[in-house]
Amino acid sequence: MSQHSGHVVSVKFYSLIFILLVVLAMLTTGMAFVDLGAFNTVVALVIAFTKATLVALFFMHLRWSPALQRIVGVAALLWLAILIALTLSDYLTRGWIPAPGSWESSLNFTRDFVASLLGWS
Amino acid sequence: MADSHAALAEQFDDVEQQHDAASLGMWLFLATEVMFFGGLFASYTIFRSRYDLAFIEGSHHLNVTLGSINTVILLASSFTMALAVRSAQLGRRRTLIVFLLATIVLGLAFLGIKLSGEYYRDWIEGTVPGLHWSYQSPRAPQVELFMCFYFFMTALHATHMIVGFGIMAVLIIMAARGQISAERCNPVEMAGLYWHFVDIIWIFLFPLLYLVGGRY
Repeated sequence: MSQHSGHVVSVKFYSLIFILLVVLAMLTTGMAFVDLGAFNTVVALVIAFTKATLVALFFMHLRWSPALQRIVGVAALLWLAILIALTLSDYLTRGWIPAPGSWESSLNFTRDFVASLLGWS
Repeated sequence: MADSHAALAEQFDDVEQQHDAASLGMWLFLATEVMFFGGLFASYTIFRSRYDLAFIEGSHHLNVTLGSINTVILLASSFTMALAVRSAQLGRRRTLIVFLLATIVLGLAFLGIKLSGEYYRDWIEGTVPGLHWSYQSPRAPQVELFMCFYFFMTALHATHMIVGFGIMAVLIIMAARGQISAERCNPVEMAGLYWHFVDIIWIFLFPLLYLVGGRY
């Protein structure tokens, strides 16, 4: 046997994964024509993550790779999640508290806030 | 003097260690690529949360049929790439070249459909932001923003594909010269990782750009 490195996968198995990916791709498009309200986006993203996981695990051989490579793969997703979550935590919460445009508006905001705490109208 | 195409470089203990080192390096590079595209995905998320209706309007302007066909074509190119890697691992030079060529042809079909069926039509209809924009709608400025995301993200993805064509062309030349063998197939495997990553990017781009707000 030649001393090739890395995991050799059968053509049959690759074909199975490919058929599964095509079915999921058609499912994504098909589900877009069904009214699920806000859940259309959720379903589309769940299918996308499933497809990406299939590609990473089997086409990219992560299933048979050393732990170190899997950690890098997961870490990439984690960094992306941090990037999106922390950015959204800024943008989505803007306007919850009026941004001080000047020291006077800060003063007014603080006075109103204290007044509301003390029950003054 | 050692053969420059020897199976084992002298800094490694064995072929397996060499293979793991190359794979780890490639995965680290792909992690930086995730962050490269990540900035676009993050800003897309923010603006979609702000201008939801305009994003739906812009998305409905895109051609779902061509987008879906391209998704399947790109998945097929990933499949032929996986088979190319397998051929290299088994030292089958002829099938390796055939599968690499098939991957390039499928990739070119993807770009051909994108250019002729989508980008060109956008140009005709005046929905190319900044260059040729004549779209009329109460939400036109926000739709223009969506189209900016569409063009930047798909063009960056297409650029990665074109880089992939170059890599595969080099691999075909290497294979034809007999520089790829079962003992020395790392270059093909690393190119495979890259191509599958480009496929994964499209797997996310397709629903995020073409399927906003459903099509019912």
